[in-house]
Amino acid sequence: MALDFGIFCKNTLDGGVVDHCFSSIFGLASNSDPSYLDWLVTAWGWTLLVSGLGLVIAIVLGILMGALRTLPDTKVTYRWLLWLSTCWVELFRNIPIIVQVFLWYYVIPAFIPPLKSVPSFWLVSIALGFFTSARIAEQVRAGIGSISSGQRAAATALGLTTLQTYRYVILPIALRIVIPPLTSESMNLIKNSSVAFAVSVPELTLFAMQAQEETSHGIEVYLAVTVLYALSAFFVNLMMTLIEKRSRIPGVVSMSPNAKLAH
Amino acid sequence: MGKNRALMPSVSLKSILFGSLILLSPIASQAASPTLDKIKSSGAVTMGVRESSIPMSYTTGDSRFDGYHVEICRMILGDIKDKLGMSTLRINYQPVTSQNRVPLVQNGTVDIECGTTTNNTARGKDVSFAYTLYVEEVRIAVKANSNIKTIEDLNGKRVASTTGTTSVQLIRKNQKAKDIKFEEVYGKDHADSFLLLETGRADAFVMDGSILAGNIANAKNPKDYKIVGEPLSVEPIAIMVRKEDPEFKAAVDDAITKIVKNGNMPKLWNKWFLSPIPPKNIIVGLELSPATKNAWAHLNDKPAEDYIAK
Repeated sequence: MALDFGIFCKNTLDGGVVDHCFSSIFGLASNSDPSYLDWLVTAWGWTLLVSGLGLVIAIVLGILMGALRTLPDTKVTYRWLLWLSTCWVELFRNIPIIVQVFLWYYVIPAFIPPLKSVPSFWLVSIALGFFTSARIAEQVRAGIGSISSGQRAAATALGLTTLQTYRYVILPIALRIVIPPLTSESMNLIKNSSVAFAVSVPELTLFAMQAQEETSHGIEVYLAVTVLYALSAFFVNLMMTLIEKRSRIPGVVSMSPNAKLAH
Repeated sequence: MGKNRALMPSVSLKSILFGSLILLSPIASQAASPTLDKIKSSGAVTMGVRESSIPMSYTTGDSRFDGYHVEICRMILGDIKDKLGMSTLRINYQPVTSQNRVPLVQNGTVDIECGTTTNNTARGKDVSFAYTLYVEEVRIAVKANSNIKTIEDLNGKRVASTTGTTSVQLIRKNQKAKDIKFEEVYGKDHADSFLLLETGRADAFVMDGSILAGNIANAKNPKDYKIVGEPLSVEPIAIMVRKEDPEFKAAVDDAITKIVKNGNMPKLWNKWFLSPIPPKNIIVGLELSPATKNAWAHLNDKPAEDYIAK
């Protein structure tokens, strides 16, 4: 079977040849119509933007909710926070991601009209972030659970408040422990970002579906998109490995003596 | 001499036999249509159908399929059954999507695709199309209280279309040609694009006229929407068959010619586009366009590109 990657150098209006494959986004050819390659790169940018925003939301909320789930039930406020975080995890973990995306896009704005003017990529990022945060929260909870109870007791004996105990003793260790599952979760988030096409974010999956129809070269289009998804996920893997190596405290966390790429 | 005389007829008989063999052989190989052979030997045929292209080709529930093109295809297959001298012909329905319809016809999973496929030159390299019986016009649907009347009015507005359709490329071309700028929003399917219009996330929905009419007919309150403007493009929608089997295409075209000659088309149009159709008894309400009428009067299998020149 012959593959023809020349389609990426055709313009997106009538499939004509363009002066330069990157004809519009890098300004290499002045005043030219965009090519499919331009569109592919722009689509990749949307995928990275949605995943990046989603990841920030997911990590911040995931750590917060995960930590709340391990609070001691000694005070009424703590019990409320425990209940809240448990609800959060069960709610966002038990609804399929595409349904959550539709809820954020169509249903919630019907009740909160100002949300209608929020761009769809923000809504998708929120949906992806909340969904992933529930999963990260469980990993953080497991990480905290794996620390020996002596640490918490020692912190209390030193006179640290609960907040200080988490900030200076528990979380620094727990977060180092959960880096490997966190890597998988971050890579999953990039792959899950493909649901954004359903609410009109012009990302890689939408590009693939549309460009294969226009060019009749589905195999080439999907190959290119596959490579970009794999590259993005691999880059996240690489970054997380780097973070794991750089943040390692000798003798404290000995789960992976040589942080390797494959987690 | 006598010997010669005796030889001559035998030689000429041989040459006649040989010549007739040469003459016959192309006819013989042409008659050996793989699709017709398969239909005859298996007693079954596979029809490619769409799940939700109301009223062209759609499911009425319980894996039953119906629609304008589906009914025409059943008539065509009935004609082929008679031609092959078969007493019964079982029709298997295979749902197809925009993405897999061409490959499934190419690889022989589907013998005849009766959906909403545009006949264009790009697809013409992979498959053949029967005579066009429906000419689609791409139109603009808006809310009834909208002041959008033409494509120029879309400037600065949000325009919805469905991912994976030719309409998306068409609205891009129009932006360039008319020097207007609007925000494109994409639905993942037609129902989704219509929801974009319904919820106000889009100001207009650009799509094939029959799909717009079908979605409006299905809406909570059909009076809230209207179809406006000149057609943005005209495309022949045709029944798709295998490319390597011209004999089968000829049989399909013959059947279509017969159906049209018998005066069935206005009745079929009335049944599917202007009367209540199953399963919800909605009325699509799309009047017969001059372009479609013209296609019936002058049966042809020209691709969409030939319509632009007109």
